[in-house]
Amino acid sequence: MGGVSTAPAEITRPESDEEAFAVPEPDVPWITLVHNDPVNLMSYVTYVFQSYFGYSKEKATKLMMDVHHKGRAVVSTGSREEMERDVQAMHGYGLWATLQQDRK
Amino acid sequence: MPGQFEAIPGGGAAVALDEVEISIIRSLAVQLLELIGPGPAEDASDDPLAELFAEGPSEPPADPVLKRLLPDAYGGPGSEKADEDELRAYSSEFRRFTENDLRAKKRDDALVVIRCLDATASRGEGGAVLKLSADESRHWLGALNDLRLAIGARLEVTDEDDTDLLFQLPDADPRKPMVMAYLWLGGLQETLVGTLIG
Repeated sequence: MGGVSTAPAEITRPESDEEAFAVPEPDVPWITLVHNDPVNLMSYVTYVFQSYFGYSKEKATKLMMDVHHKGRAVVSTGSREEMERDVQAMHGYGLWATLQQDRK
Repeated sequence: MPGQFEAIPGGGAAVALDEVEISIIRSLAVQLLELIGPGPAEDASDDPLAELFAEGPSEPPADPVLKRLLPDAYGGPGSEKADEDELRAYSSEFRRFTENDLRAKKRDDALVVIRCLDATASRGEGGAVLKLSADESRHWLGALNDLRLAIGARLEVTDEDDTDLLFQLPDADPRKPMVMAYLWLGGLQETLVGTLIG
């Protein structure tokens, strides 16, 4: 984490605490997550991934299966503004989507 | 085939609907419109720009059905409990700038459904074949999905097992008619998706 360039304050803090205070770096990408929803049809979710993102049938189907089996899938990556646009579009289609900064 | 959309050569889709089916979809679409609420145009000032810059609500709807149709953009399963306040603030801001558009989109979809049904019903006695252009099909797809989300939320379908249970409801169960509608709309949506993917 190199986001802070000021001299380190003389505070001793246990290591585990450090993580909680870490500020994400601005260049860490944001992601759009689509969450599983038993109402949305598998064919419809695949259709949405194909028609909105322009993904191939194979990629769209794989993402849909990830949503279905793992509970959610990352469907796009980019700037926060881009992800907000994608989330808004997903909500327009009736899919349950959220955005967050990628924590890897 | 009853209850199933089929692709029309050259684009679009068609389905045969009887009078009762037309009136059920129409009445559900009207209920959806009522739930989503009127657009800002109803009490808007004469200034067209005012509507453009009108801010939406910042709080999520209290009604669970509306909340499902207009979900939060931040948070959700897997997010950190510690970030809850921050995520709620982000969601509020997002909602303020997007919810009016989202409601307008859903309203448009439902209105297209009603207009198509009325045009079809006025053409024939009793039943008729509903024909949709490719563009109308996309509006229908959105509206059918919203209707199923709304009914699903009312029936409290929150995981796959709930759907299985719905299939096994006894005929006397008061939820039965809504379940039948839910499953029937699912068949319509499924076959309509089929016509668009090809």
